[in-house]
Amino acid sequence: MQKSLNIDPGKCTGCLQCEMACSYEHTGTFNPSRSYIKVFTFHHEGRFAPYTCTQCDEAWCMRACPVDAISVDMATGAKVVSDDKCVGCKVCTIACPFGTINYSQATGKVVKCDLCGGDPQCAAACPTDAITYVDADWTGYDRMLASAAKSLPSAEATAG
Amino acid sequence: MSWTRKILRVDLSKGSCKSEPLNMEWAKLYLGQRGLASKYLSEEVDPKCDALGPDNKMIMATGPLTGTMASTGGRYSVITKGPLTGAIACSNSGGFFGAELKYAGWDMIIFEGKSDKPVYLLVQDDKAELRSAEHLWGKTAWATDDSIHATHQDPQMRVACIGRTAENGCLYAAIMNDRHRAAGRSGVGTVMASKNLKAVAVRGTQGIGNVDDAEAFASATNDGKAVLAENAVTGQGLPAYGTQVLMNVINGVGGLPARNMRDVGFEGAEHISAEAMAEPRKSDGKPNLTTNGACFGCTIACGRISTVDPTHFSVKDKPQYQGSSGGLEYEAAWSLGADTGIDDLDAITYVNFLCNEDGMDPISYGATVAAAMEMFEDGVITTKETGGIELRFGDAKAFVALTEQFVSGGAFSADLGMGSKRLTEKYGKPDLSMTVKGQEFPAYDPRGIQGIGLNYATSNRGACHLRGYTIASEVLGIPVKTELNDTDGKAELVKAFQDATALVDSAGLCIFTTFAWGMDNIAPQIDAACEGDWSVENCLETGERIWNMERLFNEAAGFTADDDKLPKRLLEEAIKHGPTKGQVSRLGEMLPKYYEARGWTADGKIPDETRQRLSL
Repeated sequence: MQKSLNIDPGKCTGCLQCEMACSYEHTGTFNPSRSYIKVFTFHHEGRFAPYTCTQCDEAWCMRACPVDAISVDMATGAKVVSDDKCVGCKVCTIACPFGTINYSQATGKVVKCDLCGGDPQCAAACPTDAITYVDADWTGYDRMLASAAKSLPSAEATAG
Repeated sequence: MSWTRKILRVDLSKGSCKSEPLNMEWAKLYLGQRGLASKYLSEEVDPKCDALGPDNKMIMATGPLTGTMASTGGRYSVITKGPLTGAIACSNSGGFFGAELKYAGWDMIIFEGKSDKPVYLLVQDDKAELRSAEHLWGKTAWATDDSIHATHQDPQMRVACIGRTAENGCLYAAIMNDRHRAAGRSGVGTVMASKNLKAVAVRGTQGIGNVDDAEAFASATNDGKAVLAENAVTGQGLPAYGTQVLMNVINGVGGLPARNMRDVGFEGAEHISAEAMAEPRKSDGKPNLTTNGACFGCTIACGRISTVDPTHFSVKDKPQYQGSSGGLEYEAAWSLGADTGIDDLDAITYVNFLCNEDGMDPISYGATVAAAMEMFEDGVITTKETGGIELRFGDAKAFVALTEQFVSGGAFSADLGMGSKRLTEKYGKPDLSMTVKGQEFPAYDPRGIQGIGLNYATSNRGACHLRGYTIASEVLGIPVKTELNDTDGKAELVKAFQDATALVDSAGLCIFTTFAWGMDNIAPQIDAACEGDWSVENCLETGERIWNMERLFNEAAGFTADDDKLPKRLLEEAIKHGPTKGQVSRLGEMLPKYYEARGWTADGKIPDETRQRLSL
């Protein structure tokens, strides 16, 4: 079974526990500036949006890489950067339509979410379930359910 | 270790920025943030100095858990001699600035001297420099934040700055960070302005990788988060309703002061409560509350993000105030609402925005306006002084106009900026000032709730609920219920809350965790993060040491037991109706017991044996 990160921005409070967990897993430091997941704050709208790689099946970054530094982790489906092969050319950062693979000055390589080998620490750290790790076939089902619930006669009583 | 072990010392007179090692001997006795910075202040500043002169220093300090995964571990404090009180001031703020400072590699910044011209401090990891802020002087805190971000093109930069009220000499000006979080009380922003320091902009990319025992830390912090999530207050009440959950509760028990504490119980409380904030309004179908938002690392997320009704008179023609921003917390809703007798939720949300935008403490501001309103109704102040405004209790339009006039330095702003003690003295009505040591009360009436009155009277920074929040016990039953009108045991209760709070404020954590956490949840997190012994016993003793050190600073500044008192109104004018009808504060019954519990003399002095016991 393949699993996928499922992000619900409406539940995010902008606490950055995910950024600390991610950076701690990958660098051994609490350091949001080196996190592979980013939470954006839209102050005037009062919204927070966690953003990271969705692990496209046909990944633009992987296709664009001239040195085959990005490969599929067969256990998790994550697209993983090999630091041994990456030359830091950044072509993948141009190819990715979502901007979720990024260059790191600290290492001279590109960095991206690798799903922590199947135990994503961002999801584990999220206090509000804004980030969950679910069966890949079930992404979006919670919103489908919420939408379906609106058709119930008692919708007014339960919505919002 | 979790300390970066580095201090940035900024001499504003010379324009120099220097790195120096943190005094680790002191860190073992005072932990960090409030405690450790107060130790530096006590050692380096003459307590008798002019708070707004170049001899005063201002310290921005993080705690060892600031910037770690400990829940709420994002706090920093500003420690200085306060201009409102003349006592030691320590104002704590959340948001994201504190963690960023730590990630840049600094435990604290000590500002000393005074710059000739307006400057701001730019900190990018190890690099620190002072830059001209002449283009920023005269700007609001929000405009300053925007301008610095535009200059440096770094969206991750965090800014703490002052607004116009600090520049205008308002004695309760705050330091704002991340737009709507504040080191709010005692006028720490006024000290910053006195040094010609407009802003501190920080960007840190170094992270924290030196936690003493990483495995124990992960375990202790995860345990702590689980406790917060399962607790009714921190897991449900605060995220859903914020601190505003208290408005109807405190009013219900007979502890909500109103109209400059002339009354207890506010008939309009429900209109300015958390429940009202969640109610969709007619104009656009949206509630006042947009969402809850967290400070750095906080798994509670009590912060309110709100909008004002776009059709409301206060913002109708002002699109810049129609978006979301920091909404009403309980204390501000009380001071701007109940204490002024105003039950217009949109008006006070807008005034709260202005407090954030121009950086003033909404508690002191609202309470000072309330004192002015009482004097206006008594005929002591007239429209001649107020710039034509009929300053009556309950008049939202007058309050909005007054606040707009105040932030831009218009008529009556010099008077209001003094705070209620100086204002009422100026007009010959000192008994109308609802203050201790010159600082205005927050939102709990000491006649209705006895323990909090003792805490106010003995608070080292003047009247303040955040020095010892006995409301937790007296109203909410945390950790055990004590009766509102009992004085027995309140001395010990106040001491226990004050000491524990001093420790939490020195760790980098938020005091709101203590609705769920006891010291047995907190100490293991500190102990895992820091070298040395941070057992429950040592943490409590450290808290007591910090409290006594602050008291010694105040003693040297000239404060005596005579300053541990409440206004006459609270001791003599009984509550007129409601569940606490007939009550006054019985401070006199509690104060001697408090001194005894603290190991002080009958006249509130700290004797040698207590100093020695606490290594002071």
